[in-house]
This record gives sequence, C-alpha cells and structure tokens, in this order.
Amino acid sequence: MPSRGWWPLLRPYVMIAPAMAGIGLFVLYPIFYLIKLSFYKYNLMNKAKSKYIGLDNYHQIFTRGDFYQALGNTALYTVGVVVCTMVLSLLAALWLKRKSRWNRIVQAGIFTPHIVSIVSIALLWMWLMEPNQGLLNYLFKLFGLPPSAWLQSSKTALLSVILVSVWQGIGYYTLIIVAALQSIPPTIYEAAALDNASRTNVFFRITLPLLSPQLFFILVIMTIGSFKVFDTVQVMTGGGPNGATSTIVYYIYQFRTTNIGYSAATGVVLMAIIGLLTFLYFRLLARKVHYQ
Amino acid sequence: MASIEFVRVTKSFEKSSVIDNLNLTIEDGKFTVLVGPSGCGKTTLLRMIAGIGPQSSGEVRIGGKDVSRVPPGKRGVAMVFQNYAIYPTMTVRDNIEFGLKNNRVPKAERTRLVETIGATVGLAGYLDRMPSTLSGGQRQRVALARAMVKEPSVFLMDEPLSNLDAKLRAQMRIELIELHKKLGATFVYVTHDQVEAMSMADTIVLMNEGVIQQEAPPEDVYRDPANLFAAQFIGVPPMNVGELGIDGVRFGFRPESADLAVLSGAERELAAAAAGDPIRPGAGAPKPAGADEARYAFRGRIATREMLGAETLYQVRRDGEPGASFMVKCFADRFAVDQEVELEVPADKLFFFDAAGDRIRRDHPAHDAYVAALCSREPAHA
Ligand SMILES: Nc1ncnc2c1ncn2[C@@H]1O[C@H](COP(=O)(O)OP(=O)(O)OP(=O)(O)O)[C@@H](O)[C@H]1O
Ligand SMILES: [Mg+2]
Repeated sequence: MPSRGWWPLLRPYVMIAPAMAGIGLFVLYPIFYLIKLSFYKYNLMNKAKSKYIGLDNYHQIFTRGDFYQALGNTALYTVGVVVCTMVLSLLAALWLKRKSRWNRIVQAGIFTPHIVSIVSIALLWMWLMEPNQGLLNYLFKLFGLPPSAWLQSSKTALLSVILVSVWQGIGYYTLIIVAALQSIPPTIYEAAALDNASRTNVFFRITLPLLSPQLFFILVIMTIGSFKVFDTVQVMTGGGPNGATSTIVYYIYQFRTTNIGYSAATGVVLMAIIGLLTFLYFRLLARKVHYQ
Repeated sequence: MASIEFVRVTKSFEKSSVIDNLNLTIEDGKFTVLVGPSGCGKTTLLRMIAGIGPQSSGEVRIGGKDVSRVPPGKRGVAMVFQNYAIYPTMTVRDNIEFGLKNNRVPKAERTRLVETIGATVGLAGYLDRMPSTLSGGQRQRVALARAMVKEPSVFLMDEPLSNLDAKLRAQMRIELIELHKKLGATFVYVTHDQVEAMSMADTIVLMNEGVIQQEAPPEDVYRDPANLFAAQFIGVPPMNVGELGIDGVRFGFRPESADLAVLSGAERELAAAAAGDPIRPGAGAPKPAGADEARYAFRGRIATREMLGAETLYQVRRDGEPGASFMVKCFADRFAVDQEVELEVPADKLFFFDAAGDRIRRDHPAHDAYVAALCSREPAHA
C-alpha cells in the first residue's frame, strides 16, 4: 500500500506518463536525433565512419547558393499560396454563405479536390498544362492569348505549382469560412443595415473581425503547410527546371542519400524558420484577432 | 411626420403565413405598445416597419409614403432588437457611434451625443469596454443607447427592458416616457409585461396569431375589451370566465369586481342541501332581479389564498365541478382557506361574450336577457 504522503503528489505524473512516453518517443526523440545528425558528417554505409563536424553543416547551408534559391522559392510559394487561397476562399465563402441547394452543390464541387490524392491532382494538372497537347494552352489559343510553357519554363513553373496548390486548397478553407460566416447572427447585419452602414463598412468593421479567429488559424496552418511543400514539386517538376521550383523540403530530400547530416541540418533550419514565423504571427497579429 | 400604416399587409415565411391581410395605423408621435402572446407576430411586425424583414405583399407606409423600396438605413427608423444584436467586435462607444459615423455626423457632435446618451442609460463608465465583458442588462442598455442616439422619427423597441432588474426597469420606463416626450417621435414598443403596456402606452395594439384583437387606449382595453381574448389577456390575474349555458354564451368578471362574504351557518346548510339536490326550487335567498340590484352569486370554498401585499388573491372553487372556480382579488385579508364563502358580482361588472368570443355589449338586444339569466341562477348552481 502506498502511503498517503507521496501518492497524491505522484499521481498526476503517473497519469500523464503514457502520453509523455508517446511524445518523447515520437516527437522529442526524433527532433533531438535530427539535431544530433546535423552536427555529423554521417556515413550511411558505415556508421563507424560518421564523424562529428560541429557547425560545419550549418556553415555550408548558409554559404551555398542553392539553399538560398530553395528558400526564396519556398517563401514565394508560401506567400503566393497563402495570399491567393485566403483571398479566393474568402470570396468564395462570401458568395456561398447563403444556404441554398445550388450553393451546397458548388461547395461540394470545390471541396472535392481536397479528398483526391495530391499525386493524382498533380498528374492531372501536368496533363492539362502540357504545352503542346494540354487543355490550358488550347483554351489560351481559343481566346487569342499567347500559349504558356507552364511547368517547362523556369519563369512560369513555380507559378504553375502555386496554381495547383491553390486549386486544391480552396474548397477546404472555403468550408471553414462558410461555417464561420453562417454562425454570425443575422440580426447583427440587420442592425448594421438600420445603422445605414455601407457594404464595405459592414465587411471591414463586422464581418472581417468576426472571421478573424478562423482567418488567423488558416494563416498559421497554411504558412506552416506551405513551407513544407513537397509532393507537388516532387511529382510535377522534380525541383526543375533549373532549380526554379526547388523548395526547402525538396532540397532536404535531394541529400537524403548523399549527405544525411547536411539534410538534417537543413531540416533544423526549416524548423527554426517555421517556429519563428509562427511566433511572429502570434506576436504581431494575435491582438487583432477577435475571440468571442 | 411619421405615422405608420399597414395596408393589406401579408407576411409569410417559406410555408406558413404569419400575418394575413393586416391593416393598422400607428399615429404619429404616439407611444404604441404591441402586446400579444409569444409567437403572435410582434417582432415580425416591427421588422416590416424597419425593412429588415419586408412584407410578402401589401404596403407599409411611413409618414404617408410607401417605403417598400426604401432601404432600412434611410427610413429614419431605429430599433432595439429582442436579442440586442450589439456588434461584438466594437467597444460600447463604437457600437453607439456606428450609426452616427455612417450618417456623417461630425466628430465633436458625435462624442457629445455618445457621452450624454451613455450617461442617460447608466453606462458612462463602460464606454470603452467590449460587449462581451458586459452583463445582459448592460448589453440591453447598449442596444437602447445605440437606438436613442440616432434621434429617429420612428423608434421600434422589441422588449427592451426584459432583462433589467425591477428597479432599473422602473427607472428606464420613466426614462423612455421622457424620451418620448422630448423627441416627439413615434414609438412602437413590444412587451410581455402588462404593467409596461398599461403604464406607458397611448395606444395598446393587442395581437393574437397575426390578427389584431383590439386597438385602444390602455383603460379601454381593460374596461371595455373587444373580445374574450382581450379580456383574458389584459389584467392580472386574467378575467374569470364561465359558461352561461345559453347559445354558447360565456360570461366573465374581473377578479377585483367580486365581493366575498362568509356564509352563515344556516346558509351553509342550505348550500349543502342545494349542492346535494341542485334542482330543488327556492334554495338560498333569491335575489331581486331589479336592473341595478341584480347580482351574480356563486357559493364555494376558498381553495387557495395568495397574499400579495396590498391585496389578497383567493381562489373560490366548488369541488367536483370543472369550470366552477373563480379568482377573487380583495383588499381586505379576512378569509381563510377552506372557508365556505359566497361571491357576488354586480350586474354592471359582468361581461358577456358570444360563441365566437366576441363581446356582447350593453346595447346588444340579448344582453339584458343574459344578465337576467345569470343573476337569477342559484348561488349553488354550477
Ligand atoms: N425566419 C422565420 N422563418 C419561419 N418562421 C418564422 C420566422 N420568423 C418568425 N417566424 C414565425 O412567425 C411567427 C411570429 O414570430 P415573431 O417572432 O414575430 O413572434 P413574436 O410575437 O415576436 O414572439 P415573442 O414574443 O416570442 O418574441 C412565429 O410563429 C414564428 O415561428
Ligand atoms: Mg419577438
């Protein structure tokens, strides 16, 4: 029998021990192992030949041009995807917020890409974007627009990848915003109508602040997700042409066999960047978010 | 000039028609109180005036002009919503100021107005708070202030005092009456509270199921109800009603119009005998059926007694007879539960209603016959 004295003190720790074991094993251990790897020149063939090289990997990262190119691409991709998706899903949500049968059909339609594998979507779009036989260029020609090289030119490749990601993400985020819009009591809008408020005033003073918790959530989630983009790049461009769509995670992936210590160090840098961004979001924006 | 007119107005939601072919004129500058049971269409009516829930057909006129095409913000109407509808994203000050800003009122004027109204409704210290940090009553006052500050020509209020405590409610009631005097605007006020209705109204509009039952000053609704519904809706406790047994006619009297008297021993015996043999002639002392001496009498037992302060409420009942139960309000607290009593109502305090519930007034040809029939009834008769 445990004595009365220490059991109450110990009980909470015993209770959370299983969960903590899970976190330790599957979250903390991998992170620390990743950090440890980043200090090594790791030899996959012969573990014994791995050697501790301190901050050399990090030094290399910050002096290599291809890392900065990947970082730049990732930043551009993130800004493009986050801004376009947020604006478009907000507009779509405003359009779809009225509960009607037609709106439900459209909503289900734009949500569908979300349940399709991103690999299938990427393959489908590659086919649409094929410069000679693709449907997109066919339509461009039909409307008298100059055809685009899409994925095959370093000028348009990143944009094309952004297009696909936005197309895939809109439905899901629209759904979230529509739900938020529908939860705003209609009498608030009626009161605003009686207060002779213009549409822009209503949008910026009432709708947007009431949506801010959802929009903030979407912003954070999407920034993190976009910074880690991989599958579209892997399937559609393989980082090309000429590194124009190489993103950080793809960059990490490229060194998976040749220099795992280096890719581990890049992974740590990515983690730090995402952590910093999220921290900045909370510091700068959280005060503007209106929680009910 | 802001009289409000409904001309053959119908309002239906998807399937059900809530208001059908309604005609109503609300006079300019009057304090009109809309009362009726829950779900009768009071809010629906206000929303049609405001233009935020437009009528399905018919015309709503404000100041003689059809406003069907005028947007809510341009009708000169302010409304206090039943659920407040305060903007949760703005401070109390911004809430009150929002309408003024939209109407391009200069900054200095705005600030002055907000401060004075804020003080009037007792929110002076709360102007920079967010609504989520206010109590229900405080939110209600924000909603009031937001409407008051616009100095509208039509002021619509949907149960604006329902969440305030008794003292604050009495205070706001006076505040609103004064505001009405000061603004001279047309007030349309919805309430469930009879005291509010009786004390504030110039005119009461009584509704039931989308149909106007009576439209009259408070004392008329009370003294001269148009039908059974009006008679039973206004007055606490409601009017006593019983079957006359002729043509489906019902009679009624106010709880405060009845006199109570304890039965003496002999009378009690007679009453007991009569109850055992209700058709026995001559039981009880028959009352002379003279025109002004006629009274309706009823014998029974006091079933409950409620002491309300100045007055006491008794329920007089004869057991085993459904419908033989009346409320009596007395200023003297002289009776006890289980006492046998006789209740008397003078003929001029009796009301009669026909089978459809419409009032049978004194000038109706059959009125006197009904009075005579009722007053010649045995006091122990069911
Ligand atoms: N948007 C709506 N859709 C369908 N029916 C509605 C709608 N709004 C109101 N109704 C119906 O119209 C009727 C009148 O409603 P209204 O809100 O005017 O009642 P009320 O007199 O204000 O009641 P309360 O005193 O409870 O506020 C009710 O039967 C209600 O169910
Ligand atoms: Mg209502």
